[in-house]
Amino acid sequence: MAGLTLDLIGLQLFTGLALGAVYVLLAIGLSLIFGMLTVVNFAHGAFYMLGAYVGVYLLALGGNFWLCLVAVPIIVGTIGLVVERFLIRPLYGRGIDYPLLLTFGLSYVIVELVRIAFGKAGYPFDTPELLQGAVDIGIGYFPLYRLFVIAAAGVVLLGLWLFLERTSFGLIIRAGARDPQIVRVLGVDVARVWLVVFGIGTGIAALAGLLAAPLQGVIPEMGGPILVEAFVVTVVGGMGSLLGAVLAGLLVGVVVSLSSLFVPEMAKVSIFALMAIVLLIRPQGFFGRAGLMS
Amino acid sequence: MHEASHISEPLAAAPRHRASWFELARQHRVLLSSAFLLAFPLVMPFTALAVNILIYGLYALGFNLLFGYLGLLSFGHAALFGTGAYLCGIAIVHFGMPWYAAIVVGVLGGVAMAAAIGVLAIRTRGIYFAMVTMALSQCVYYLFYQAIDWTGGENGLRGINVREISIFGLKFDFIDPLTRYYVVAAFVILALIFLSRILASPFGAVIEAVRENEARARASGYNVTATRLIAFILSGAFCGLAGALQALHLSIVPIEIMHYETSGLAVMMSLLGGMGTFFGPFVGAAVFLLLENLVSLWTVHWQLFVGAVFMVCVLFFPKGIWGTLLQRVQK
Amino acid sequence: MTSSGKKPTDISRRSLLGTAGAGALLAVSPFSINILRAQEQTIKIGFPVPLTGPYGTEAQDQVRAAEVAIAEFNEAGGLNGRKAELLVRDDKLNPGEAATRALELIEKDKVNFIVGSLSAAVQLAVNNVTKERGVIFNSISQSDAINEIADFSKFTFHEALNPHMTAGAVGRYAFPKFGKKVAFLTADYAYGHEMVRGFREAGKAVGIEELADIRHPIGATDFSTLLPRIQALKPDILCICNFGRDQQIALKQATDFGLKRNIKLITPILLYTGRLAAGAQAFNGVIGGTSYYWGIEDQFASAKAFNDRFRKMHDGKVPSDYGALGYGGVKTLLMAAKEAGSVESEMVIAAMEALKYDYYKGPQYFRKCDHQSVQSVFIIESKTQNQRNEADVFDVVATEQPNEANLRSCESLGHKA
Repeated sequence: MAGLTLDLIGLQLFTGLALGAVYVLLAIGLSLIFGMLTVVNFAHGAFYMLGAYVGVYLLALGGNFWLCLVAVPIIVGTIGLVVERFLIRPLYGRGIDYPLLLTFGLSYVIVELVRIAFGKAGYPFDTPELLQGAVDIGIGYFPLYRLFVIAAAGVVLLGLWLFLERTSFGLIIRAGARDPQIVRVLGVDVARVWLVVFGIGTGIAALAGLLAAPLQGVIPEMGGPILVEAFVVTVVGGMGSLLGAVLAGLLVGVVVSLSSLFVPEMAKVSIFALMAIVLLIRPQGFFGRAGLMS
Repeated sequence: MHEASHISEPLAAAPRHRASWFELARQHRVLLSSAFLLAFPLVMPFTALAVNILIYGLYALGFNLLFGYLGLLSFGHAALFGTGAYLCGIAIVHFGMPWYAAIVVGVLGGVAMAAAIGVLAIRTRGIYFAMVTMALSQCVYYLFYQAIDWTGGENGLRGINVREISIFGLKFDFIDPLTRYYVVAAFVILALIFLSRILASPFGAVIEAVRENEARARASGYNVTATRLIAFILSGAFCGLAGALQALHLSIVPIEIMHYETSGLAVMMSLLGGMGTFFGPFVGAAVFLLLENLVSLWTVHWQLFVGAVFMVCVLFFPKGIWGTLLQRVQK
Repeated sequence: MTSSGKKPTDISRRSLLGTAGAGALLAVSPFSINILRAQEQTIKIGFPVPLTGPYGTEAQDQVRAAEVAIAEFNEAGGLNGRKAELLVRDDKLNPGEAATRALELIEKDKVNFIVGSLSAAVQLAVNNVTKERGVIFNSISQSDAINEIADFSKFTFHEALNPHMTAGAVGRYAFPKFGKKVAFLTADYAYGHEMVRGFREAGKAVGIEELADIRHPIGATDFSTLLPRIQALKPDILCICNFGRDQQIALKQATDFGLKRNIKLITPILLYTGRLAAGAQAFNGVIGGTSYYWGIEDQFASAKAFNDRFRKMHDGKVPSDYGALGYGGVKTLLMAAKEAGSVESEMVIAAMEALKYDYYKGPQYFRKCDHQSVQSVFIIESKTQNQRNEADVFDVVATEQPNEANLRSCESLGHKA
């Protein structure tokens, strides 16, 4: 293979991490929502796309990228709250097929509404000026913005971890994930916890979409393929496991990245092959609870 | 997936208070379904759509055998449908086989693919089963995608041109839309009879037992794993047949037939129509395809309506259109 | 079972259901009423294009342009008074859906011709349906396969360019100008490979040195690992052999990585709509080919007339490249029908083959062996400066005149010369 050196492979690994960071952000929301609400959220990709579009909209209004980083998750997260409250809540107790189908329908609706509002063609999304260019990371030049994506994902994860481990609300969430019945008996409003969890999950998905926008531009269909990849990540990591989502996200990012370097014709199938192998050896994924959802 | 509420027509004798005509209708469901299918193309906007509805109905029916009757949610049925289509097409294009032999090849392809995927996936449960089947079917997708010499790859397989078919010495013009419809309908009716037999057989009872209570079924001495695998393979036969018919109908096999979105279609159609009901998959296929075709004639934003209809169905008709109807009638 | 013998070529039939026989087998006695197609009926042109999906914008423009062709034909009195009508269908960029729509158009709407499609796979699917039924199909999207003997039929016409022609033209322009060391960045599917083949063919004459053909999966969103590799190879020219979204992302990331500083980026097809969607920065300085750019109106009176008519009908917009193909595809068939004085397939085919036309982009004609439209290819360069208006995004830097020598030879396609 012409032009292939160790440095390049190293760079490819780094690229994989940047890609993985986006996967992680999506998968963590999916996993959180699944672990708590047992909702397989098929609209997650649509929220991701919505994040990018809200970013486009805010920028057009004169906002800047840094403001968007805060505003986008809040706006889309709020939409998520509304969705949980009015569309998903009526379906609790009916089995996982129903929220799954509902969110599937919802994703069609969201994508089409975006097409109506913003058109079908998509928008360019420039890399914020401060983050343009590349920096030397020892093995070669690496785009600064990709480093920023990795860092941003790290900050979100740290924040989420602190929230879950150090706050009383986080404690309730963790307890609710383990046994909602008991939590309810203890007088906690579980419905409110689920509402918040859904909002957080969709908010993080929106942030992931915003972060991905400068890498590949913004189109209404951008949430489709990545949703499937995020599902793979979630399942490989173990549904409901946050640690699993993080590790699997990075792993899948690196696998995709390396396989597109060495065997481009296999790049698209590599993650599915990975998922099949992992699940056949360990049916509940890396960190999933055995027997969950069976 | 035991949480999901299933509707099924009990195979045991029904309680006496039910309307006797309803009982009669159920006993003759194959006859009634067949009669309806005969008249169907006359009420459809165009015949090719009616054929598609038959084929996708059959595909969803195969899926429903697994999901509705056994409670196993597969996201990999596109591989079974697609293998049936590709093998039927390849048999005609590359080997010049007659159409009926090609259909047999397609069905066997569906069976073989189901056996291969089933053996691997059957060990997992619930959402993991769904994901393993999806992963394996995506692997199959890329396998067929890469085998360009056989499948045409990205461009799809072309040239499945069957102009004339002969049955017992009678020649039919397969280009004629209505003829094509009735040939396909004949196969679908055969499949319906076959499915009805399966469900009424002792094996059908085992299937229900496994769905209702796996532990009890196991305790009663049934081999649960074998039951699941056999059901998966039977499902593959139906989907393979549907695929083969699709290849003959459209005279091409697009690579998209193997895509996970095609798997999703089976889930959607079954749920929309009413899973675990005999005729539900056809209702689901008809509603879905009609909606898509009619709405897309007057707006490019047809997905908005399709999505909204799904949400309404999920929220207000959880048992699907046919399931809800059956329930009303039974009351 | 049905018992139908007659072919439904020019008969519209209505069948009534007979009795349902025993044993679930059906006995249908079709009772057919044959109506000869009335001479006054409108000429129907089926137009399946992907209105939904990633190329919705391009497809919409194809429809707009086709409407221009229909309007012009009808205003000019039609075919002895017979007006033309466009039946637009959404093929959703899915070959299966496209085949179903083609069946609908032929069997139910009884269209005279089909024009359309915006992907290689879709046009091949439609073509397979139309050629079996003896309906003329004029394809307006790119593919090398449709010219080959396996897919071709006498009912198949190809108004669009193909990757061999565009890649060849761009190569012949760029290789002598920017250097002989060439690298490829290729989408790993048939269309991508066809573009590379076109470049190589053109490069043979100039004697290019191929440094590497770097493949990426179709639908890729990340080129960042491939780009440093390309940079390390130090080519004079990088041929970007992909399309649509892939191309937009590749160009954007190549710009971010600073590839344009010492490498000239060229691509077989530079989309007008793609350039508008991805922005000036990403495309700046990129050279590519196109079948049509509105700016050629300075060169060709026919282009000027078409643009003006399009502007008038569609709020001052200018037609895109794929849009113009929609015009050309419909226009050629209608003019051939007029020439033939009939819509009967055989006569229209003969008229199409005899057509020497200049409707919107200079002289064109259909090559006899594969019905490929021999036409000029425009070499354009994307610009960021001196834009007269929003639509002024490319400079036409060269025009390759129509020349059969630039097509794949009839023999290599499997046709008898």
